[in-house]
Amino acid sequence: MSRDRGVDVLVVGAGPAGLAVAARLAGAGAGRVEVLERDQEPGGIPRRCRHGGFGDPVRPWLDGPAYVRQALRAATAAGATVRTGVSATGWAGPLTLETTSPAGLERITARAVVLATGARERPRSARLVPGTRPAGVLTTGELQQSVHLYGQDIGRRAVVVGAEPVARHAVHTLRRAGAQVVAMVTDRPRGAAVPGVPLLTATTLGELHGRGRLSGVTVRHADGRCGILTCDTVVFTGDWIPDHELARRGGVAVDPGTRGPSVDASFRTSAPGVFAVGNLLHGVERAATAAAEGHAAAVPVLARLSGEPWPEPGPVLTVRAPLLWVAPNRLTDPGRRPLLLRSGEPLTAPVLTAAQDGRLLWRRRFPVRMAPSRSLRLASAWTDRVDRSGGPVVLGIG
Amino acid sequence: MTVTGSGAVTARGAVTTGGALPAGEYDVTVVGAGVVGTAIARELARLPLRIALVDAADDVGEGTSKANTAILHTGFDAVPGSLESRLVRDGYRLLSAYAAETGIPVEPLGALLVAWDEEQLAALPGLAEKAVRNGYHAARIVPAAEVRAREPELGPGALGALDVPGESVVCSWTTPLAYATQAVRSGVHLHLNCRVRNVLSDQAHTLVTSRGPLRTRYLVNAAGLYADEIDRLLGHEDFAVTPRRGQLIVFDELARGLVRHILLPVPGALGKGVLVSPTVYGNVMLGPTAEDLDDKTDTGSTAGGLALLREKGRRILPALLEEEVTAVYAGLRAATGDDDYAIRSHPAQRYVTAGGIRSTGLTASMAIAAHVVELLAEAGLAVSGAREPVPVRMPNLGEAFLRPYRDAGLIARDPEYGRIVCHCERVTRGEIRDALASTVPPGSPDGLRRRTRARAGRCQGFHCGAAVRALFEEGRG
Repeated sequence: MSRDRGVDVLVVGAGPAGLAVAARLAGAGAGRVEVLERDQEPGGIPRRCRHGGFGDPVRPWLDGPAYVRQALRAATAAGATVRTGVSATGWAGPLTLETTSPAGLERITARAVVLATGARERPRSARLVPGTRPAGVLTTGELQQSVHLYGQDIGRRAVVVGAEPVARHAVHTLRRAGAQVVAMVTDRPRGAAVPGVPLLTATTLGELHGRGRLSGVTVRHADGRCGILTCDTVVFTGDWIPDHELARRGGVAVDPGTRGPSVDASFRTSAPGVFAVGNLLHGVERAATAAAEGHAAAVPVLARLSGEPWPEPGPVLTVRAPLLWVAPNRLTDPGRRPLLLRSGEPLTAPVLTAAQDGRLLWRRRFPVRMAPSRSLRLASAWTDRVDRSGGPVVLGIG
Repeated sequence: MTVTGSGAVTARGAVTTGGALPAGEYDVTVVGAGVVGTAIARELARLPLRIALVDAADDVGEGTSKANTAILHTGFDAVPGSLESRLVRDGYRLLSAYAAETGIPVEPLGALLVAWDEEQLAALPGLAEKAVRNGYHAARIVPAAEVRAREPELGPGALGALDVPGESVVCSWTTPLAYATQAVRSGVHLHLNCRVRNVLSDQAHTLVTSRGPLRTRYLVNAAGLYADEIDRLLGHEDFAVTPRRGQLIVFDELARGLVRHILLPVPGALGKGVLVSPTVYGNVMLGPTAEDLDDKTDTGSTAGGLALLREKGRRILPALLEEEVTAVYAGLRAATGDDDYAIRSHPAQRYVTAGGIRSTGLTASMAIAAHVVELLAEAGLAVSGAREPVPVRMPNLGEAFLRPYRDAGLIARDPEYGRIVCHCERVTRGEIRDALASTVPPGSPDGLRRRTRARAGRCQGFHCGAAVRALFEEGRG
């Protein structure tokens, strides 16, 4: 008993990327552009962030909610429809989504679908941290909502797992909620400390203790030393995974490195008419990066609407350890967009190489430090040398 | 019926969570509100008697029952002739019918006991024959090629399997809840947060509990891991419960397509082994380990246990290990030295113990309940005037059945069923509201999870944790 409807473009997710692509498309006269947001409010992760530093260029005073208001205004002013409290629950056809909302069930068919479903932090269970299952175990995402959106009580003594920027935001949120941050714990040899918080490097979380409420965590240093930190709260930060459920349920091919949809430089997935943008493609990047992808995707979406055929997927772009992933990762239309590249280990002045079928395509030294928490942005002019009918292209070090 | 924190009880059933217990004498009191205790309370609720069900925890099914492997067993592999064999066989039939009637999700997937080496392959005929001796005639041996065709993602090296088409997956959360709901609606008093510290017996039993004394003529011990301790309070040393820990890993719902049957190991000298099974919630479970412990509260997972499961899982279903993990948990089975249930009647004491009930207890629960009530009757309990308990219909948690978020008619009547709060598990505000207002309401967000699936999904609260907690607090206030 679903209602059936048609739109020109259906965007799933009203975070920075989804709102950006919708604004551009509606502004360019793409027809009916509809954005579905499953939360009651649009904005995605920035809505939970009370720290400044949003915008492009970065504006220190611009916090997440203010940034969201701007993005939402831009989308609606351009003529896009943003519907909140609407969940896309599955596919009824290649370009038809099933939705649930208080208004009932719908099947919405679009001429193009843009997936912008974002990313989430892996919770404690997915990190296989053993121990009991007490209350007081959170991700940053839950912490921020609890404190900023619901004003809930957080514990008194907290341990933060991770030392990336998101971990520092977690520390600030915890302090704002009145909790003492006992330590930040990172398995990496180095990390940027927050003043007043001990940073335990080369240290992993061994086990959680406590019944009912968390009572402490075992920490284990790389040299074998162990200890228990007494705490009633632990926040697992970072370790992002794209929210790729809808993509996978639609049969969209996923890149093994990013775990997000495999896309070319025009954000085309393996499913004709289905595009993917933002943090769904690679886990968390800054809101501005996600929005830039949304903006850039409007051009190929418009081309699709005007009848441009869906190209063959082209060779896969993959990485070799210690590199973790690269996005985009299909070489259909070389040279179009910069590539984002992530390493699992810190690298100083790495020499990057690209090879296809045993042939070296490109080699370059980058006089920078690559940190595991930040992507390196690569110009992609060299991808012109890729043989479009050749085998996988592999990025490696040295 | 009332729900109260103060201990006030109406003439009908009630749930109390704090304060003094009601005065007066119960005809029968069941200690332990796990799947066995709630089933017994439900069975007793047919009778025109004053019945109490007490538990130390803040919810039903909060001990061993919540961390079960959730398989509805045919009993094909029980010890032939044992009490367990009979009660599992009867319980399978009873619970299957009850599930259909009350809406407990059951999926009849069938099981394959996969043989990975010659020794295991050689054990299959014996198992098939054992199944027949247990009254189960549908098991048959299938060759490697057929195993491969039926489970294309199976790891290399499977030599054959025993096909047990009757094995099913069931919801181990809804089952004790359905029993308890029906018991309470039929007049049983459920007292939670009520730990039994001592039992003084004369003409009747006086249970000395954390909430004060409770008088009862007949006593049933269904205390699971603590059944031996309650037994000792009554002067019996029949058996000792050794907690056997089972750690489990639950994989993402996106892994569900990788497996079609319950993949059981061929039991060997080292116990039953690790299985891979779909769950009624639409994800895939890997486990359990089997570790004998001393501590009856040690439900922690361990790095070693999880590593072992991953190693075993990789052999059975390699692609599973590539999927995201949704949850890790550990449960304790109430193992005794014996191979059979320790169900004992002490008629002179008007006391029955249902001890040593291990993972088959979920399947056998209704048959155990009927058996225990027979034993009570033999011990002198008046069992005339039985009536049918008030029918119940439980909210559906099963992914294979119509869930509220997909039910257009339901949403049209009440838009709260279209308001999804927990996105991963697609739990609506209407379901959370209903659970909080239900006959046996949750005592914690974990209890709410077992009634609705809220927060049970892949994000474990990243998206919905704060919202679900807010609804829980609001609903309780």
